[in-house]
Amino acid sequence: MTTMLVLTILIPLLFAVIVLVRPPEAAKFWALGGTSVCFLLGAMIVGRFFSAAGSSTETMQAVASLEWLPALGLNLSIGVDAIAVLLIALALLLGPICVLASWTAIPTDRARLFFGWLLVLQAAMVGVFAARDLLLFYTCFEFTLLPMFVLINEFGSTNRKRAATKFFLYTFTGSLIALAGLVYAAWAVATRASGADLGPGGFTLDIGVLTQYASAVLTPGEQGLVMAAMLCGFAVKVPLFPFHTWLPLAHTEAPTAGSVLLAGVLLKLGTYAMYRFVLPLTPVAVYEYAPFIGVLAIIGIIYAGLICWVQRDIKKLVAYSSVSHLGFCVLGLFALNTSGITGSVLYMLNHGLSTGALFLLVGFMYERYHTRDMDQIGGLAAKMPVWSFFMVFFVMASVGLPGLNGFVSEFLCTMGAFTSYTPWTTDELNGMVGATWGPLGPWFGVAAGTGVIIAAIYLLYMTSKVVWGTLNEPDGHDDDHSPLPIDLGGREIATLLPLAALCLVFGLFPKQTLIDAVEAPINEQIAFIQQRVTEAPLRDGTLAAEAGSPTSKASASVLNESSNAAGRNVGVKP
Amino acid sequence: MTEKVALVWPEIWLFITTCIVMVVGLSPDERVRKLCSWICGVGLVVAIGTAASGPVLGDPQASGLFPSLTPYAKALIGIVGLMLLPLLAGTVDRDLDAAIRAGKAKFDAIRTNRAEFYAFFLFSLTGLMLCASADDLIWLFLALELTSLPTYIMVTISTRGTRSQEAGVKYFFLGALGAAIFLYGFALLYGASGSTDLVEIAGAFRTQAANGGLNPIAIAGLAVSIIGLCFKIAAVPMHMYAADVYQGAASGVSAMLAFVPKAAGFLAIMMICGTVGWGHGGSDSALPTPIYILLWVVAAATMFTGNVLAIRQTSVKRMLAYSSIAHSGYMLVGIIAGPGTGDGTFWDNGLAAVLFYLLTYGVTNVGTFAVLASIQRVNPDGTTQEADEIDDIRGLHRTRPHLAGAMLLCVLSLLGLPPLLGFFGKVGLFTAAISAGEIPLVIVLGLNSAIAAFYYLRILRAAYLEAPDEDGPETRPAGIQPRVVAALLSAGSVVALLAIAQPLIANSVGAAQYVAPREGVAESASPIPDTVTSVETGLAPVEISRADD
Repeated sequence: MTTMLVLTILIPLLFAVIVLVRPPEAAKFWALGGTSVCFLLGAMIVGRFFSAAGSSTETMQAVASLEWLPALGLNLSIGVDAIAVLLIALALLLGPICVLASWTAIPTDRARLFFGWLLVLQAAMVGVFAARDLLLFYTCFEFTLLPMFVLINEFGSTNRKRAATKFFLYTFTGSLIALAGLVYAAWAVATRASGADLGPGGFTLDIGVLTQYASAVLTPGEQGLVMAAMLCGFAVKVPLFPFHTWLPLAHTEAPTAGSVLLAGVLLKLGTYAMYRFVLPLTPVAVYEYAPFIGVLAIIGIIYAGLICWVQRDIKKLVAYSSVSHLGFCVLGLFALNTSGITGSVLYMLNHGLSTGALFLLVGFMYERYHTRDMDQIGGLAAKMPVWSFFMVFFVMASVGLPGLNGFVSEFLCTMGAFTSYTPWTTDELNGMVGATWGPLGPWFGVAAGTGVIIAAIYLLYMTSKVVWGTLNEPDGHDDDHSPLPIDLGGREIATLLPLAALCLVFGLFPKQTLIDAVEAPINEQIAFIQQRVTEAPLRDGTLAAEAGSPTSKASASVLNESSNAAGRNVGVKP
Repeated sequence: MTEKVALVWPEIWLFITTCIVMVVGLSPDERVRKLCSWICGVGLVVAIGTAASGPVLGDPQASGLFPSLTPYAKALIGIVGLMLLPLLAGTVDRDLDAAIRAGKAKFDAIRTNRAEFYAFFLFSLTGLMLCASADDLIWLFLALELTSLPTYIMVTISTRGTRSQEAGVKYFFLGALGAAIFLYGFALLYGASGSTDLVEIAGAFRTQAANGGLNPIAIAGLAVSIIGLCFKIAAVPMHMYAADVYQGAASGVSAMLAFVPKAAGFLAIMMICGTVGWGHGGSDSALPTPIYILLWVVAAATMFTGNVLAIRQTSVKRMLAYSSIAHSGYMLVGIIAGPGTGDGTFWDNGLAAVLFYLLTYGVTNVGTFAVLASIQRVNPDGTTQEADEIDDIRGLHRTRPHLAGAMLLCVLSLLGLPPLLGFFGKVGLFTAAISAGEIPLVIVLGLNSAIAAFYYLRILRAAYLEAPDEDGPETRPAGIQPRVVAALLSAGSVVALLAIAQPLIANSVGAAQYVAPREGVAESASPIPDTVTSVETGLAPVEISRADD
């Protein structure tokens, strides 16, 4: 399986070189070949992972390491857990779909540039999820920028140069500060952690080692700063309000394949990095500041939803809806309970499927009508029934219709936020049905719930204008002179069908397909965070939450005696 | 004295080569004259070979504050010199040779410049290598001047236009001013310590620090020296010349200016700061607060100035000049971070990061200038000049895809995009600054790398993505193949050196080993009597109470 994982990174690069040297007419065929091979490998990896795993889905599989720069603690080490493997599968699934979707949209003379960089992008995306080394992760994380920059800059619509520059600068700036935060954590581990395996250079960037030790050696104050630095990079990528301003521009201007990958995978790099780094490296700070981040997420959900409502440009609407949807994802993540984080992980997959498909649909429409303005287009159900069917289907998935995938993750995220609660005492938590340990509270769930309603409003409003009603086409539109069929052709349906099938399967059988698979590593993560938070001293020297464990009680009482504050409630809320 | 000769064999070989080049370059036979660059190459290879076997810590000849500095530094200088060599090809005498071949002119030893040009190039590299082996202020000063003086002339003769003459004059006068300033600083250091030997100075400063504080003259000397050396590294406030000079000189010479004086300046700053030490790792005393603040302000101001002004440029050469200023600012972060605990690790050693960064910058920088040097703009009046404006390289990927590819790789490496070479240089600075607790400086460094993305992307976009501008200037290849080779070599190294990054980093760590001298190492290092201090400066002999008083 390790070999297959490595191959999924190397094969796209190999095919990118082939695309570069072969004639431009052949570029799309080579690209389709490369991405399809990778997709098959990805399917095999998923199959092997879960069949081999059985009960051990929490463990890393396909682990391999190759020493490269021990002086900087840099190894080429890879490995996947259940969450990474699912996201890799998503990236690999969207690969051939993006190639097919760009089949006719890319002029032949520039096909090499487009498909070459698309393949490089695919390799970088898989690299991010597969990396077990911080620097390898960061390398791939940053290297997604360049292909995307080229794709937007060269193949986008009118405002593409500004969009590409803004996208690059925004995310590059953020990630550099995130790098500083991550290196700080690595430095703290290298200098303070006893017993950590630092490797020959005395400095390790191994994600496993860092996540194990960093939270113990960083003081709560440092954790706050490290978390802020990391969020500078990852919140921009997600994007979390108020760092979202690059996204609508980049999404709107990007070519269809670019938008699909941007929404489908690249935004998930941010949430994945939060799950992989922010939560385990700085659990105390996460716990302390989670309400603040939750508020930002909710502002994003509602604010972006309201913006969607007034959009006339369909692609921009879908772009802003991503901001809104990713707000749920972050909210669930910072609820720090099983349902929240599970919902968040599921959201990463489901949003990739449904929003990716919506971008495909908008792209197909744009190829035919060369406009995305709702006022110029309407009533397409009469003319393009197949397109309209898929449009309604994916809008429903996106809105969160029960039975489709969006509902499951949205519900879990909201419920996670709702039930996440910091008790005053252990007994209090035991007495509350459904409440789980966590930093958020019911109000977060209620506020996020309004976002669901707004999403229904703007998406259904858009559907009603574009799909239903009387047929409205832009002036001068002529079906006869288009090389494309009037309704979706076989190629286009082929890109949408697998996404639709997965939406249905994940919606009907979420537990069997996804939740069971990801629950174990998530619970492990939550237990780790909970332990760190309860052990951590607060700024005033008391313990964060008295969780009823004898050791924490004992140390708390020692602290209390020493500070001569006996009788004060130990289990104060932070 | 003989043990010092053992240190300078690479310089001796280079000097011998210089003498040969000076004679060979004056031959009436064009084929013989053209051997100059090959002889330079052979000389550099020999110098690298001898340098690599130079003394390291533990060897009897190894002495000074950085005893194992020379092998790495000299090999690095030689390697970048070798990469610069093909880039310098065809800079001088091209038209003259053509005229002689066509029978329109006769060979005239006075008018030909090839001998001087290559000889000065080697002289400059010799000076740079001498900087690395300097253990004395006077030696250091002479080495710095030997590095710079030939470059003034090279700038002037690099093109026949008036702009390079203006650049040469400007560079010379400001360079002389810079030299005067740091020489004054060196004099003050001598005054404060009573010695010109760096180890003895360090010992004297250690004694002073242990006995109530550094002499104010020592502080003044350090500050003035560093400000003077800012000219060499093109750092604020001595950066003004860079853009004009880089633009005025031929691209090959600009590439050289971006590396050779900068490397000399950083080696000198390392040594000057080494006399007081960095304060990490136990017994070592810290950088004095005024010097620390000075370096901090200079570093931050240099980064911001370089990057912000680069955004405004339309000339690629000026852009690269300002980016070169910014890179000096990045490297100063490593100087501030200091040698760390010095237990042989790279990640906390700022000086190793600087030495490694010099390598990455030197290697990458050659490529960007080489691409410019490989293209000529045809002016409306039929004359040609080297590509300079961003319009000149627009659409390069259509006409010369290999050059556009080289530009792409080099610019991305300068930007610090992983996984290219420049990224690892920057990571070294990041980790070192974080271990030294310089978090604000790390943030400044990060922000500046991001600002830099703005103009690097412009170059990248023009060269690699945009279509050629139909109304833009007409361009054509310069027709000098070695320059194309230099560009491809540099771009190739940006990727290929990653494979051997580990030994390179390990060597840079070895080279950056800082040996803090113990207190009162030299008896002769007693400061000049305090009375003189007060007479000369009017300052009270503050806080100096020597143990033997």
